[in-house]
Amino acid sequence: MPSYVILEKCDGCKGQDKTACMYICPNDLMILDKEKMKAWNMEPDMCWECYNCVKICPQQAIDVRAYADFVPMGASVVPLRGSEDIMWTVKFRNGSLKRFKFPIRTTPEGQAVPLAGFETGTEDIKSPLLCTEPASTWAKELPTLKK
Amino acid sequence: MQNFETVKVDTDLLIIGGGMSACGAVFEAAYWAKKHGLKVTVVDKAAMDRSGAVAMGLSAINQYIGYAEGDNTLEDYVKYVRQDLMGISREDLVYDIARHVDSSVHLFEKWGLPIWKDGDGKYVHEGRWQIMINGESYKVIVAEAAKTALATLGDKGELLERVFVVEPVMDGERVAGAVGFSVRENKFYVFNAKATIAAMGGAVHVFRPRSVGEGLGRAWYPPWNSGSTAYFTIRAGAEMTCQEVRFIPVRFKDGYGPVGAWFLLFKSRATNAMGGEYMVERAGELPDWAPYGTAKPIPANLRNWLGMEDIMAGKGPIYMRTEEAIANIAAQYKDDPKAFKKKMKELESEAWEDFLDMTISQALLWAGMNIAPEERSSEIAACEPYFIGSHSGASGAWVCGPEDVMPAEYKKQWEPIGVYNHMTTVKGLFTCGDGAGASSHKFSSGSHAEGRITAKGAIAFILDNNNLPKMDDAKVAELQKAILAPLARFEEFQGLSSDPNINPNFMKPKMFMFRLQKIMDEYCGGVSTQFTTNEKLLERGAELLGMLKEDSEKLAAEDLHELMRAWENVHRMWIAESHLRHVRFREESRWPGYYYRADFPKMDEKDWKVFVNSVWDPKTGEWTMKKVPVVHLDV
Repeated sequence: MPSYVILEKCDGCKGQDKTACMYICPNDLMILDKEKMKAWNMEPDMCWECYNCVKICPQQAIDVRAYADFVPMGASVVPLRGSEDIMWTVKFRNGSLKRFKFPIRTTPEGQAVPLAGFETGTEDIKSPLLCTEPASTWAKELPTLKK
Repeated sequence: MQNFETVKVDTDLLIIGGGMSACGAVFEAAYWAKKHGLKVTVVDKAAMDRSGAVAMGLSAINQYIGYAEGDNTLEDYVKYVRQDLMGISREDLVYDIARHVDSSVHLFEKWGLPIWKDGDGKYVHEGRWQIMINGESYKVIVAEAAKTALATLGDKGELLERVFVVEPVMDGERVAGAVGFSVRENKFYVFNAKATIAAMGGAVHVFRPRSVGEGLGRAWYPPWNSGSTAYFTIRAGAEMTCQEVRFIPVRFKDGYGPVGAWFLLFKSRATNAMGGEYMVERAGELPDWAPYGTAKPIPANLRNWLGMEDIMAGKGPIYMRTEEAIANIAAQYKDDPKAFKKKMKELESEAWEDFLDMTISQALLWAGMNIAPEERSSEIAACEPYFIGSHSGASGAWVCGPEDVMPAEYKKQWEPIGVYNHMTTVKGLFTCGDGAGASSHKFSSGSHAEGRITAKGAIAFILDNNNLPKMDDAKVAELQKAILAPLARFEEFQGLSSDPNINPNFMKPKMFMFRLQKIMDEYCGGVSTQFTTNEKLLERGAELLGMLKEDSEKLAAEDLHELMRAWENVHRMWIAESHLRHVRFREESRWPGYYYRADFPKMDEKDWKVFVNSVWDPKTGEWTMKKVPVVHLDV
């Protein structure tokens, strides 16, 4: 499906102007029912199953039930995303489990330094060199075509 | 109708989109804008952290040259793309992206993207040009660097999320900006800019997908890519190229999970139901597509084609022979079961990460079907057609190349309006990523590099044309009325019917999309016709599209979300029309496996080794088609 919201766990992000899932969904599918204070996926057949709502939910209140029009029932894939790695639990239809852990980044969140210490090789706006080049190419100079 | 606040934003550079190429553009623009005191406004219909085609993550970076260390040369990359696209590509653009792509990859690594390294500290390759990453947070990291760079501009750096840009606004021959609306509150936005970069991605759901129930959204490429870049450039009057070159990947069936790990890491074969290997049994057909069919690597479309011929001959399903590949690995370790176990654990983890990093649905599908790859094969199949100029497709705008590399034959087109890298044929309008045509195989990393190239070109343009183009208030008011009309239409007529979706006075966006998909699927070579069409089918398709276009004036929307869907589908309809016109104009079959003209079943090097370019004239509404010679670089 598509992602769905587990009613018991969702707290509507406590009535802030938007929920975490509404903030992140790349396809604008999540919406908050302000009376019930529960989020929901308003257009499940436009869901890519990208899991971004599942990963971001502070209450772990969102899960994915695989597309019913071609996936046999009973499986689940559940991520637990931390600041350095992500843990996946894959449950098969027959009940067997697999677990994987993969790194996701090598720098602390929010600490990506744009120019990353690469020097700017030119201030000429008409030069083909981009702002961190040639240093960031690791070559001494930017190649051009031998004419 | 509810009142809408009109928000006017004046800026120097307008960047529309939030994916890889837009993030590259934001990063580069921030540097040059700061230096020259310019303002940069970024508008994205989603949230930049997870916007665009890399939203879910990726398990590999598909373009890395490694030229500084002598791993590969730029010339080899140009030859590789030339070969894969059956001779037709803008080699100056391909060369330019290739010389900058390593720079972007090295930045990604510094920003925090984990790239696999071998014992000597070298990147681990999946293929010649592909390197392996732990890419779950690839997009988050790249967006973070872009946002941090934008923040260095203070109040001259502005990011607006959840604003959907619909239409360009012109000042004579120059683009003056764009209009759109917030998908969350009643605000209509009017952007007036000295230069505009359109970077809103490619297009999905133009053709009917294989799954039409809940799985409708499970396209290989993300469903939110709705052809907005192509629409924007076409409507501004920009020349388009290779709009016929759609892309159809072969992936694990239905989940559309990647096959790269199985082909490249496990050395798996693909065979038909009888165990026959189409790449071997049909190898005798490849000389029909010479010189490309007889050179290596065999172009992606020809590999597709040989498999499709097996399907048409009733030899399906096609299987990825995972059990055989694992048995082969076991055989290599037959004297050392402990080492085999270790190797298998490592490969199993890599294979699952390939799914979990970029196509989680495929993991769900395997789990749902109790797939044990060591025991049985899994089906692979061609997906539906997509428009993705950054991959093995080539659709997009015809853009200016770099001054030091672009052949004179191309350059003369820009000399009257200004030679600025990645400017379209419309003054002040730039594009990149899936928006720039004939420069395939840039993927995520090359799209980022291309965004950087484009932003520097756009800033150079602004410095030479440092005045805000005029926006005609009456024209903007007219656009606002037209863009919000679906809301007014729903309000006006909803009382007639007990069903909000069924009404003789209007049509809802979803059915409009299904009607478009049915036309394209059945007449323009979709899945149900095995990607085959002919002049008569295309003629009929054009007629049906014409009526759909008339009915686009009857679209209705209940809320802002549905209003976005309405305009996304109008965007899809325009890329569809452009595609159909290009397929119809090119009287040959050059990319079988992507589409096949049954009435012109052969490739014609003499008459059709050319780009097909088109222009829609905003003043007359007329389309012009033309052939443009391919100029090869001397590589």
